Amino acid sequence: MKIKVTDRIDILPRHSLLSLVFSLAAGLLTISFIFMVFGVNPFYALAKIFSGSFGSLYGIKETITKAIPLILVGSGLALAFRAKFWNIGAESQLLMGAIFGTWVGLNWGPHLPPAIIVPLMFLAGFIGGALWGLIPAILKIKFSINEVISTLMLNYICNHFMTLLIVGPWRGKTKHGFPYTDDLPASAALSLIPGSRIHYATLLIAIATVIVLGIVIYKTRFGYEVRVIGENPEAAKYSGIDFFKTTLIVMAISGGAAGLAGVGEAAGIHHYLSYPESISSGYGFTAIIVAWLAKLNPLYVILSALFFAGILVGGDAIQISLGLPAATVQIFNGTLLVFLIMGDFFLKNRVTLRWRSQRN
Amino acid sequence: MEDIIISVAQRTLIAGTPLLLGTIGEVICERSGILNLGVEGVMAIGAVTAFIVTFATGNPWFGLMAAVVAGALTSILHAFVSITLNSSQVVSGLALTMLGLGISGLVGKPYIGKPLAHKMATWPIPILADIPVLGPIFFDHSPYFYLALLLALISWFALQHTRLGIVIRSAGENPRATETQGVNVYRVRYWCVIIGGALSGMAGANLSTAYSKSWIEGMTAGRGWIVIALTIFALWNPLRAVIGAFLFGGIFVVQYLLQPLGISPNFLAMLPYVATLLVLFIGALQDSRKLNPPAMLAEPYRRGER
Repeated sequence: MKIKVTDRIDILPRHSLLSLVFSLAAGLLTISFIFMVFGVNPFYALAKIFSGSFGSLYGIKETITKAIPLILVGSGLALAFRAKFWNIGAESQLLMGAIFGTWVGLNWGPHLPPAIIVPLMFLAGFIGGALWGLIPAILKIKFSINEVISTLMLNYICNHFMTLLIVGPWRGKTKHGFPYTDDLPASAALSLIPGSRIHYATLLIAIATVIVLGIVIYKTRFGYEVRVIGENPEAAKYSGIDFFKTTLIVMAISGGAAGLAGVGEAAGIHHYLSYPESISSGYGFTAIIVAWLAKLNPLYVILSALFFAGILVGGDAIQISLGLPAATVQIFNGTLLVFLIMGDFFLKNRVTLRWRSQRN
Repeated sequence: MEDIIISVAQRTLIAGTPLLLGTIGEVICERSGILNLGVEGVMAIGAVTAFIVTFATGNPWFGLMAAVVAGALTSILHAFVSITLNSSQVVSGLALTMLGLGISGLVGKPYIGKPLAHKMATWPIPILADIPVLGPIFFDHSPYFYLALLLALISWFALQHTRLGIVIRSAGENPRATETQGVNVYRVRYWCVIIGGALSGMAGANLSTAYSKSWIEGMTAGRGWIVIALTIFALWNPLRAVIGAFLFGGIFVVQYLLQPLGISPNFLAMLPYVATLLVLFIGALQDSRKLNPPAMLAEPYRRGER
C-alpha cells in the first residue's frame, strides 16, 4: 500500500465543515476510549456532560455565563494568532484586568453611580490586560525573546503577584482574615439577568468585541497587515509593514480583551478578588482552543466558546457525579486540539491510498 | 554556617537535576529542528508513571524505566503531528501539555496523599563522599544526579563530535540538503523527539520518586516551561545546560532560604519565573550572532518540496 500526499488546491467551505465534523467526531471517540480505559462508561459520561450543559435551563444559563470570558479572550487570541503571535498568557492578562478593575471598583466605587463606575472599571481592566500583553510584544520584537516562554512566565508571575495582594495589602477588613479583598460596593457590581449568573453588560461587550474584531480583521488595512505578518512575514518586511507597531496594537487588543473578561469575572461573578485559580478556571488556556476551533475567525468564536463553555459546565457535572478530577477537562481540550490540527492536515492535503495490485 | 552552606549547595544540585534532564532532552529535540512545547505534560506523565510503578513494585528503578518508556511513547504523538503531518509545532506541543497534565491528573488521583515506602536511595560515592564539605555537596546524591551529568556529557560529545551528531544538527539546520546526503530526516527527527520525551519522562520520575516521594496533581509546577527557556539559555549545548539547570536549582532553594527572613513567600515564588525572563533578556542583549538557534527550528518541513 502506498500513501500519497498532495496539496489540496480547491478548499471549499464544505471541505472545511467536513474536516471540522470529522475532527470533532474522532476527538469525542478518542475521549470515549480514554473514559473506558479508566472504567467510566463513556456514553454515560458524554450524555452527562451534554445534558449538564445544554439539557436544562439552568445548564444553558451556566453555559452562557462561562461563554462570556471565552468569547472575549478567544476573539482576542484569534487576532494575535493571525499575526502568528503565540499569546499563551491570556490567563494572566485576564487576571491583570480583574486586578485593575477591582482596584477601581473598591476605591472609587463608593463615591460614584453605576453608570460611571462600571465603564471606568472596564476601561481599567482593558488597560491592565493590555499593559500585561504589551510586555511580551516588546520583548519579542525588540529583543527577539520567544513569546511562548515570556507569556507563560508572566502567567506564573501574575499568579503569585495576585496571591501576594490578597494575602497581604489588599486583604479585606470585613473578611475575618480570609484571603479575599473586601466586597465591591453595590454600585460597582454588575447586574445579572434575573434567575441566572449572566452579567449582561460583559456579554454585550463580548459580542461588540467580536463584531469589531471581525470588521478589523477582514475589512481594514490593519487587519490585512496582521494577516500578511502571520502568513508571509518575508513579504510583510518588503512591503514596509511596521512589525513593531502592528504587534503592539495586536497585543494591546488581545490582552485588553482578556482584561475585559477579568473585570466581568470579578465584578459580575465573585464581587471580590480571591485566589487566581478561583477567579479564572483556566479560561485563558481553554480560549486557545476556542480560537483554534473557530479557525481564528472572531464571528465563529461565539459558537466555539459556547461549545467549550458547555464542556466546562458539563465537566463540573461529571466531576461531581462520577468523582473525576478537575484535570479531566484538560484531557477533553488536549484531545480535541490534537484532532483539530489533524483535521487541518486533511483539509490542506489530499491523501490518496494506492494498493500495490492496482495498475497505476 | 558550614552546615548551611553544605545543605544549600546540596539542595541546589538536587533541585537542578530534573531541570537538567529535561533540558538535555529538549536540546536534542530542538537540534533536530523540532520544538517540543509539551515537556511540561510529558514530565507530568513521567512523574505519575514512575510513582505508580514504584508504589506497586516497591522498586524506584522500575519506576524510572516505566517513566522513560511512558515519556517516549507520549512524545510520539508530537512527532506524528509535527513531523508526519507537519502541522504547527506550537499548537501540537500545547495540546501535548494539556493532555499530559490531564491524563496524569486522572491516573494519579487515587494516589494523592499516599507516600512511597521507598524512594530512590542516595548513592554516596566511596572515598569521595568522605571529603569534608565537597564530599556531601557533590558525591552524596541520588543516582539521578550522576545520571544527568553523565547524559549531559554523552549528549554533548555525541552532538559535537560524532557523525550521528552532525546528522542531527544538519537535520535542524538544512533538512533538504541533509536529505540529499541520503539521510532520512523524518526518521532522525522522530528519534530525537522520542529521546527528548524519554528524558522528560525521566525528569518526571526524578520529581516523584527521588526529589519528593509523593504524587501531587500538577507537581511539575512549570518546570517543563523553565526547561524550554533553559534550552535557549544553554544555546542548545548540553554542557551549558548543566550551568543553567543548577543556577535555576539555586533559585528554587533560595526561595525557601529567604522565607524565614520575613520576605513574603509569594514574592519569592515569583523568582524562578522572573529569573527566566531575565536570563532570556540578558541573552538577547549579547551579540545576536552568539544566540544561534537551529536554522529550521519549528519550521514545517515536507520531503520533496522546493
